[in-house]
Amino acid sequence: MNHALIEKSVALLFMLTFIVISIGGLVQIVPLFKIATTVPPVEGMRPYTPLEQLGRNIYTREGCYTCHSQMIRPFRDEVERYGHYSIPAESMYDHPFLWGSKRTGPDLARVGGKYSNAWQLAHLVNPQSVVPVSIMPSYAFLKNKPLQYDDIDLHLNALRSVGVPYSDEMLEKARADIEAQATGQGDTDDLLKRYPKARLGDFDANPSEITEMDALIAYLQILGALVDFSEPGAANATPAK
Amino acid sequence: MAIAAATTPLSDVHDRTTSVPEYNESVIRAFTVATVLWAVFGLSAGVWVALLLAFPQLNVGEFFTFGRLRPVHTSGVILGFGGNALLATSLYVVQRTCQARLWGGRNLASLLFWSYQIVMVAAVISYPLGLTQSQEYAEPEWFLDILITLVWLLYLAIFVGTLVNRREPHIYVANWFFLAFIITVAVLHIVNNMAMPISWTSTKSYSFYSGVQSAMIQWWYGHNMVGFWLTAGFIGMMYYFVPKQAERPIYSYRLSIVHFWALVFLYIWVGPHHLHFTALPDWTQTLGAAFSIMLWIPSWGGMINGIMTLSGAWHKLRTDPIIRFLVVAVAFYGMSTFEGPLMALKPVNALSHYTDWTVGHVHSGALGWCALMAFGSLYHLAGKLWNRPLWSMKLVEVHFWLAAIGIVLYITAMWVSGITQGLMWKAYDDYGFLMYSFTDSVAMLHPYYVVRALGGIFFLAGAILFAINIFMTIYGAHEQKSADKRLSARPAPAE
Repeated sequence: MNHALIEKSVALLFMLTFIVISIGGLVQIVPLFKIATTVPPVEGMRPYTPLEQLGRNIYTREGCYTCHSQMIRPFRDEVERYGHYSIPAESMYDHPFLWGSKRTGPDLARVGGKYSNAWQLAHLVNPQSVVPVSIMPSYAFLKNKPLQYDDIDLHLNALRSVGVPYSDEMLEKARADIEAQATGQGDTDDLLKRYPKARLGDFDANPSEITEMDALIAYLQILGALVDFSEPGAANATPAK
Repeated sequence: MAIAAATTPLSDVHDRTTSVPEYNESVIRAFTVATVLWAVFGLSAGVWVALLLAFPQLNVGEFFTFGRLRPVHTSGVILGFGGNALLATSLYVVQRTCQARLWGGRNLASLLFWSYQIVMVAAVISYPLGLTQSQEYAEPEWFLDILITLVWLLYLAIFVGTLVNRREPHIYVANWFFLAFIITVAVLHIVNNMAMPISWTSTKSYSFYSGVQSAMIQWWYGHNMVGFWLTAGFIGMMYYFVPKQAERPIYSYRLSIVHFWALVFLYIWVGPHHLHFTALPDWTQTLGAAFSIMLWIPSWGGMINGIMTLSGAWHKLRTDPIIRFLVVAVAFYGMSTFEGPLMALKPVNALSHYTDWTVGHVHSGALGWCALMAFGSLYHLAGKLWNRPLWSMKLVEVHFWLAAIGIVLYITAMWVSGITQGLMWKAYDDYGFLMYSFTDSVAMLHPYYVVRALGGIFFLAGAILFAINIFMTIYGAHEQKSADKRLSARPAPAE
């Protein structure tokens, strides 16, 4: 083999480099879209409610993922501390994923329902008031920022175009669903039919306004709460690791 | 003869500036100045976010919390400091080793410089405003990603065009690495940032990918930004500036071929080691771990080739602080590429993942390898570009020791805090209960976070001396030029 051939031709060096760097990515990524067992379907998963999705956008905007993971590994200590290990389907509607890479704070994959709305509110306003050694910043300003949801149909539409199964009805009722979930009033039965297990109520203890705090707490309260792991079937649906 | 040609870029070949239509050095000077400014900015941002973790009461208001500022630091140092250093050195090296001017002329080169700076400034402004894709090291939103793609393709065109116009038969080894870096970053950036904007007038978008696939693509991107931006590109720097400064040829041509192809082939597979024990399928994790171990070999091939280039010139380590920057950088490269595969082993990763150990590992590479290599190369470059000796060699010496102390404080603090975190999370008492609550592991961090911030301050102080030294060298060159003009007896230099 004569390497001089390659190092005397830009075209050859370019093409060979391109081929060599493509192989690994193709082998690891393409099958994840093709092999059905990559994300086995489970009972209970549904797209986020419009309010939860906007809350998720606040979570990403604030960079919560830089300190909190959302991925419980199948170890005894993690399962005891945080709950059942995370399974692939639980992040199937997350565009993009928020598994995180660092636990300066605890994992949040199953924080939903673990604390009351009032605790979440107090903690976000002043973390040290409920966890004295916390090094988390205050997010009190979320309470004073009205939630922007005029363009909610654009959000759901974009998510639908990347594969989240929002129906026409969900798009039509999106604004009403936000108002119903954040106030606990209006057609909540209808909302719960579309989005089972959605938490209802005035999350930020301020009934006069729907704020970013409402959305963020609504999101936190659904994390990891959709799949019922006490059902024997739920565990069976998880892939053999 | 083929053997010698690709690895002896030494003075006889490269300094025949007179026989060559003048190189475009003004754009290299611009990228050098930008590198210095971004280094100070990005490292300052790093010190600040380190202080936010040590003293959380410093988080103020809405725009300057840790979560919003962390990408300002990472983009500032990786894309700003590292990126400008790579642009400066690659465009310098490609001209010298090809005996050709930059393809596309002065205007295209200036366009590359200004568009890169504008996009990077826009990116670091966008994060505090809350615009982010929330993908690590790929935070810029869709509209900035499109601009970055255009800038990058321009860079690729200028680089490849210059290679095509070369007057040397062989493409020098540094250029193989630069080329692989530019091509791969283009592929990574485009694939990982595929997203659907909610409307053409909105800054918000949603990634094409979700969950498992999103995680895999993100860490395929993330680790290969390490592998190609922070490794292949900087190895390109090593292959030119180490032999130049040491005035010795590259140790082994054969080794450079083997480690080039092995490195570019193996690196691309290792992303899944960021996702051990997650919901990513096991087969992918195992591939990631196995290739991470294999990667150790070409990494050390590169290290050996860099360090052994000093054969016969070891005494320069004592006398030349610039060569010390370069060689210690390569030594840190060897150390972090040993630590990396170790942490990619699943049993080790079970302990190290999610902890500060990862942060320490990244910084031993980023500060020890990339930053020291960039400083050393730019000290060499500044003398050439402004055509005069550096303002102060003494200051280079002081910078070296400040940087060394900073790195040691940083990585030891993170080793201790990281391993302690990992052990505390997994500790059980005699009755089978978890020994510590999560908050115990947070309370424990404070002293280590203070030491880490202190390490950062040392490293930043060194970088400020670096900035002073480069700017005084430039100032000296200008003084010289105006003095020359006054004495019109001497012809003014061309540039």
